[in-house]
Amino acid sequence: MKHIEILIVGGGPAGLCAAISAAQSGAKVMLVERHDHLGGQLIKQTHMFFGSEKQYAGTRGIDISTILTDEIANSENIEVLNNATVLAIYEDGVITLEQNHKYIKVKPERVIIATGASEKSLAFPNNDMPGIYGAGAVQTLMNIHGVKPGHNVLMVGAGNIGLIVSYQLMQAGVNVKAILDASPKIGGYLVHASKIRRMGIPILTRHTVLKADGKDSLEHATVVELDERWQPIPGSEKEFDVDVMCVSVGLSPLSELLFQAGCEMKMVREFGGYVPLRTEHLRTTNPQIYIAGDVGGIEEASSAMVEGHLAGLAAAKSIGYEHPEFERVYVDYNEQLEALRAGHAGDHIRAGMSKALIKEASC
Amino acid sequence: MDPKTIICRCSDITLEEVRQAISDGYTTFDEIKRVLRTGMGSCQGRTCMPLILREISVMTGIPQEDLNPGRKRPPVNAVSLGAIAEGEDHDYES
Repeated sequence: MKHIEILIVGGGPAGLCAAISAAQSGAKVMLVERHDHLGGQLIKQTHMFFGSEKQYAGTRGIDISTILTDEIANSENIEVLNNATVLAIYEDGVITLEQNHKYIKVKPERVIIATGASEKSLAFPNNDMPGIYGAGAVQTLMNIHGVKPGHNVLMVGAGNIGLIVSYQLMQAGVNVKAILDASPKIGGYLVHASKIRRMGIPILTRHTVLKADGKDSLEHATVVELDERWQPIPGSEKEFDVDVMCVSVGLSPLSELLFQAGCEMKMVREFGGYVPLRTEHLRTTNPQIYIAGDVGGIEEASSAMVEGHLAGLAAAKSIGYEHPEFERVYVDYNEQLEALRAGHAGDHIRAGMSKALIKEASC
Repeated sequence: MDPKTIICRCSDITLEEVRQAISDGYTTFDEIKRVLRTGMGSCQGRTCMPLILREISVMTGIPQEDLNPGRKRPPVNAVSLGAIAEGEDHDYES
């Protein structure tokens, strides 16, 4: 069994940055990615990022992926395993993975879990009908493969993903009939919502899907308004003729490996599901295991990258590899994270963190 | 045919079946998994778990924070038995 210093699970924004910072600290890193390419969701993101320059604001997600991937390719300390899926973490610290039908066992000194998240689904009659997609699938079709998902779309969910994908659909010449959200307020940034409203797309808050209909695939969707107790208001039904419904109702952390590793887990609504308790250094209650990005709580790619750097630095330091400028960069990344989570938009993240953060001494 | 609300896409389990199981007294995710197979398909519960936990919470009145999400057994992804059987030869060597 190969001795590995730091194993990083997931080659998205968090995993890539974790690999870069751990390698810069001097640790030998193995980065495992289940797809044939690195970048995770970044490669679907054709829009320019917000935030500050340090998180590549003004650069498109796909170009950020290229910048980070090039840096990984140039590092002697990083070995990348593509097409490889981590299957399990066992009590003795052995981790199994599969690559091209080969079953491989490794025993790393430290593990950084950066598996990201999966899309939540919605329960309504005929929700398995062809034409009903998750927002991730629509982005994959359009932005990776250049395939139009359909002609007329109903977008369910007015968070940032729902808003951005709606805009991209309109740019691709697809008609977005309306955007729904069950909550009374638009979840995404107002700047995205305003851009969409100016294009004439209605954003219906306090609305949900009642049912989908069609012969062989989606033809109509019926929506309904909700009252203050989230109950459908009779008589408020509206029907839309759409061949695509794009469901973008949030993400849920992909935290199964952390359950297996014995990390203490907690359901935190603000973070989208079950997340591990973690110290300010992103260490879980299993001292060998660190986290970065959406697996620790649903946030943005910008903060996932910063967390990746922090986890990479901290995990490396814990096995004796201290970054030459550790103090300076560690403080800087923490300040970036604080800035990203400041203000009203970061309220729910700070609320989630107050439930999931534990003191360093207690683990 | 009546429109179905699918909760588990892997095993085609409907909302009605999940609600029936809960009212039959199967009020944890693992119990429902054992009677309906939800969470045992290729997605390993990633799609159905949040929906099922919500139904359990609504029907039992227990807040979702206090529900048990069940055991997350290895492997988290499908792997062929052949690959595991040959695994002895594939311990990672550089």
